[in-house]
Amino acid sequence: MSKQTQANPIPKMLPPGHVGMMSVITTEIFFFASLIVVYLAYIGKSISGPTPEELLSLGLVSINTVALLASSATVVLALKALRCNNHTRFLQWLAATVLLGAWFLVGTAIEWTSLIGDDHFTLQTNLFGTTFYTLVGFHAFHVTFGVCALSFIWFCGFMGWIQEKHHQNIEYVSWYWHFVDTVWIAVFLVVYVIGR
Amino acid sequence: MTTKPYIPLSSKLHDWVTTADHKKLGVMYILCGIFYLLVAGCEALMIRWQLAFPNNDILAPETFNAFFTMHGTTMIFLVGMPILLGAANYFVPLMIGARDMAFPRLNAFGFWLFFFGALLLYFSFLGGQGLTGEEGAPEVGWFAYAPLTSKTFSPGSATDYWIIALFVAGMGSIMTAINLVTTILTMRCKGMTMMKMPIFAWMMLVDACLILIALPTLTAIQIMLLLDRQYGAHFFDAQAGADPVIWQHLFWFFGHPEVYILILPAFAFVSEVTPVFSRKVLFGYPMMVVATVSIGFIAVGVWAHHMFATGLSPAVLSYFAGATFLIGVPTGMKIFNWIATIWGGHVRFDTPMLFAVGFIAMFTIGGLTGIMLAVVPMDWQLTDTYFVVGHFHFVLFGGLLFAIFSGFYYWFPKVTGKMLNETIGKWQFWFIFVGFVLTFGPMHFSGFEGMPRRIYTYMPNRGLEMYNMLSSIGAGVQVVGIVLFIYNIIASLYKGKPAGDDPWDAWTLEWSTTSPPPPWNYAELPSIASRRPLWDIKHPEDPDWEYE
Repeated sequence: MSKQTQANPIPKMLPPGHVGMMSVITTEIFFFASLIVVYLAYIGKSISGPTPEELLSLGLVSINTVALLASSATVVLALKALRCNNHTRFLQWLAATVLLGAWFLVGTAIEWTSLIGDDHFTLQTNLFGTTFYTLVGFHAFHVTFGVCALSFIWFCGFMGWIQEKHHQNIEYVSWYWHFVDTVWIAVFLVVYVIGR
Repeated sequence: MTTKPYIPLSSKLHDWVTTADHKKLGVMYILCGIFYLLVAGCEALMIRWQLAFPNNDILAPETFNAFFTMHGTTMIFLVGMPILLGAANYFVPLMIGARDMAFPRLNAFGFWLFFFGALLLYFSFLGGQGLTGEEGAPEVGWFAYAPLTSKTFSPGSATDYWIIALFVAGMGSIMTAINLVTTILTMRCKGMTMMKMPIFAWMMLVDACLILIALPTLTAIQIMLLLDRQYGAHFFDAQAGADPVIWQHLFWFFGHPEVYILILPAFAFVSEVTPVFSRKVLFGYPMMVVATVSIGFIAVGVWAHHMFATGLSPAVLSYFAGATFLIGVPTGMKIFNWIATIWGGHVRFDTPMLFAVGFIAMFTIGGLTGIMLAVVPMDWQLTDTYFVVGHFHFVLFGGLLFAIFSGFYYWFPKVTGKMLNETIGKWQFWFIFVGFVLTFGPMHFSGFEGMPRRIYTYMPNRGLEMYNMLSSIGAGVQVVGIVLFIYNIIASLYKGKPAGDDPWDAWTLEWSTTSPPPPWNYAELPSIASRRPLWDIKHPEDPDWEYE
């Protein structure tokens, strides 16, 4: 009996990009999990003030949250338009996503300016300041990276450089964007709901 | 007859620096690992010299602290990690019948991050003084417990170098892990279903998943510590209300999986070597897979057994003691599987097999002392004594390093095309083996006698002299073994016997290509029908796939 008589099926395997991107997101989840665990462990442990109740308000951050969550929806619509080869629609929805992400960052900047400028509340003030700026700051850093990546895609699309072979990679960036949004839900709950 | 064209050295060097080939990167990882093995070995020798006599003053207390810190950090991050990542890099694509890793350039980036991270760590000897003129090199121990790491207790820049070096090298490891997971899950050759993969690939897959889970926690706490030291944050500052034990929890949430990250590749090497040298299939392949995956899961849930002495509640103590006993079960399954593989085989005691058998015996002892330490009252008695030092050296030296030597002798012919000298290899084994037992065996007893670890000296007439003298003599015996090893590599590279494609009559795919393999690995991508594709080719009358 020879080897050829055996059927050697090609194993069903995912595209490398899928697995690679999911691995990146997995490792990021554990990174944020560490920051969140420390935040939770230190709620109410600060020896000196100010406390979260005194400083944090839900007004601005709620609008920010709505903006960021909406951007997850617009990026889905952008991808849908891309798959249907509706180039103008794609650019419009992508621009909406970038703007919503930028809005979130501007909102965070306004909140921080008021905290640092008016309340003199910094990383060094107390334990709450340390954990707050680190957790929210690392999330904002990830949003910034996402906004840059999406802007770059928008620019490429605007110049007409995007081809069929790039579609999959654009989808991976959207995965990252969804991940950043999901992390925000956790951060929002921990910092502004449980921690307040 | 063709003559080799002349290639200038600068162009060869350029080739290595710019390469994205998984084999070249693998070789560079392993060479770095061996280099740092010698460096950290010298640090260990200095420690043993200092401890050979009571009240010795070869090393100042601060220098002693710096040396055991650098010894531990180097052995784990700059020896264990690069050698395992290098071996995974080199052999995973070959074993699964692929031409390269999934993301070759990411692979190169990961290596260079490791390379410069390692340089940063050693630069601390020069740059650690910073502006304050304090001693160079970190002195905080490899697990760097808070609050010792705060600016108050560790002034100077040495600790910052330690933080940034591990941060950079850790990022490199994460990238390589992403690459490994992707390669193993998506690039296997025709016919290679998950349950037909070489066990090596399975273990490296679980290993890479553990890196993805554990390393980001290290990254996060290094950032926190850096913020504390450089920007006045309060993560581990008890005066601001923080709990320094949080560092221990998070560090060991990384640190314990790290132990398995280091030992799973050792399991992988031994699981490839024992069947080939016993002329039998690996006993219980499916059980081996199950045991590996369960080790992966349990490994992330046992971290606080490093912290039994920190005043945890009885419920937490019981859970972590129980979980630690539990992880002994899959590990024990593996040991029995290896023994059953050897049982009744036509065993060939070449050097790879000698080291593999040494691994099984020594690792079992290290595992059993680990179970002893999982018993909470026992741990309270023995924590931070030389018993613990003896225990983890039986795991990481008798386990990991023996397996690395085994794998090195096994795959060196594939990588270089030359055989290592068997006679020197056997001498090396006996010197290392005897030296190893002599060094780390007595540590269990000095630990029982109450000798604390990480203290630069001890008093005479407390019953510690003999044990310490034996340990130091053992270290000297090991030096002979290591010198033989280095000599063997260099001598065999120049005048070793040509290896041929398959010197051990082995069965996994890497032995089907030339030694060393061409840059493209396989002219035609292989197609397999069983776990031992080369057996099927060599024995068409009785192929494995009829039974699997």
